[in-house]
Amino acid sequence: MDNAKKIALQQIACKVRMGVIEGTYNAKSGHPGGSLSISDTLTYLYYSVMNTDPKNPDDPDRDRLVLSKGHTAPALYSVLAQKGFFPEEELKSLRHIGALLQGHPCIHIPGVDMSSGSLGQGISAACGMALAGKIDGKDYKVYAILGDGEIEEGQVWEAAMFAAHKKLDNLVAVVDNNGLQIDGPISEVCSPEPITDKFAAFGWHVITADAHDFDSLEAAFNEAAGVTGKPAVIVQKSVKGKGVSFMENQVGWHGTAPDKEQYDTAMAELNAQLEAIK
Amino acid sequence: MADVIKKATRESYGEALRDLAEEYKELVVLDADLAAATKTGIFKKAYPDRFFDCGIAEANMMGVAAGLAACGKIPFASTFAMFAAGRAFEIVRNSIGYPHLNVKIGATHAGISVGEDGATHQCNEDIALMRTIPGMTIINPSDDIEAKAAVRAALDYVGPVYMRFGRLAVPVINDRPDYRFELGKGVTLRDGNDVTIVATGLMVNEALQAAETLAAEGISARVINIHTIKPLDKDIICKAAKETGLIVTAEEHSIIGGLGSAVAEAVTECCPAKVIKIGVNDEFGHSGPAADLLREFGLSAENIVKTVKDTVSAK
Repeated sequence: MDNAKKIALQQIACKVRMGVIEGTYNAKSGHPGGSLSISDTLTYLYYSVMNTDPKNPDDPDRDRLVLSKGHTAPALYSVLAQKGFFPEEELKSLRHIGALLQGHPCIHIPGVDMSSGSLGQGISAACGMALAGKIDGKDYKVYAILGDGEIEEGQVWEAAMFAAHKKLDNLVAVVDNNGLQIDGPISEVCSPEPITDKFAAFGWHVITADAHDFDSLEAAFNEAAGVTGKPAVIVQKSVKGKGVSFMENQVGWHGTAPDKEQYDTAMAELNAQLEAIK
Repeated sequence: MADVIKKATRESYGEALRDLAEEYKELVVLDADLAAATKTGIFKKAYPDRFFDCGIAEANMMGVAAGLAACGKIPFASTFAMFAAGRAFEIVRNSIGYPHLNVKIGATHAGISVGEDGATHQCNEDIALMRTIPGMTIINPSDDIEAKAAVRAALDYVGPVYMRFGRLAVPVINDRPDYRFELGKGVTLRDGNDVTIVATGLMVNEALQAAETLAAEGISARVINIHTIKPLDKDIICKAAKETGLIVTAEEHSIIGGLGSAVAEAVTECCPAKVIKIGVNDEFGHSGPAADLLREFGLSAENIVKTVKDTVSAK
């Protein structure tokens, strides 16, 4: 990836993270940890891969994204706001009564392709979207973002079986492998490892990536784009809470909002990071 | 009644899908390894490219249906009522109901008349479950003609629809030139002023037979067919409550949460009147021939007659 593109992506991702902090702080609730771990991936997808148009969010030929790990909606909303699907100001009323932005993704929000949040369900909807593309001979792609804890849900494997059997090569799943779920490390709660072997056994093309390295993400999504005859999954190693020092790798930041002091510290850190990007 | 034509509404479902596929180009059918039983196999044979078997994975099937609908398809997700409404409940709620997607759920083998398979497969709770989902339309047709009309009505309506079909062959009762199906509208099949029998599904025929018997004994019973349980035709129910003062509901479903509950809820708000519920009581079924089970569980014209007479004499 050339340096100018990388710098631009890093800057956007940093702003996306600020949106995550802004949203969860104002909501006094929400899920910053997992939102921060997928901020780079969502930035890369919406700015470098997916064909979407904020002026025509319902374009039938658009690429689609289902945030199966729907609790990380702040990251999706933040990137959609950056893209111009709705004003950035909306992030400040995340989860408020009467607000556009619901606690979990809702299909009626511009740019949100599917309601999600009850874990394990989004991947099935993504399969349906990919199947519809096959039926209609359209060339759009469907992306589904799952958590590593989420894949403990049995429905994920029903969907994994289905996607491979129906040869949905227009479907790319991302497993955000930050290693932490609500009750602790995934290895201690009810381990879904080995994740790559499981998807391979289900007939998927498996790719690994570093979730916070745009060169790695580029290589992974390029490889996924070239896969034919089967769905592809990118298992990305990520850091929960990435970008905010005191949130990184802390399971406690799964579903806790920053208070005023923490908000100020996090925003100061992110601002410093933004200025340092060059 | 030897010349009565009988047909299972699941058969009507499969035929209707096949017969409407040319007209409705976006119609696709999903099943979960039960195509021979749900009768979607009839559609599959005619339109193999528009049929998708999801295997024994109902949760995923409902989610796939949601994704198809989000891309403009009209998917008919088909399986037994037990798995459609029971196992997949939360997927139907969150992936279909909440986004209000245009998914049609074809739930066959509903109720106790599943027969020999026994309690695990006799779903007497599906109407109750589906009624709680905001925006869900629920249709429970009474015969072949109504079942086919319901499939067309579901296609013409944009939004989630739960359709309930049976395994057992039931008499065709709506074979008349002026029959028309209107979503959300009850049908008065027989007028009367002593009591109203509000029935749905295969109990409509039993209600008509009961009214005949009651007439011979000097009791004038009105019979209303409620094919659309949600949204409920409250007007026809409340009018009947006002005019006859007594309602007896009849359904092949638990007395908790189904037609009887819906009718009682409506009546308490508009015209308090006694509502007696005939249905499966708060118990599980068991194996046996469908006809015997229906009789045993009181889902019969005889039990409607008895219930009405007991109640009227106690008035």
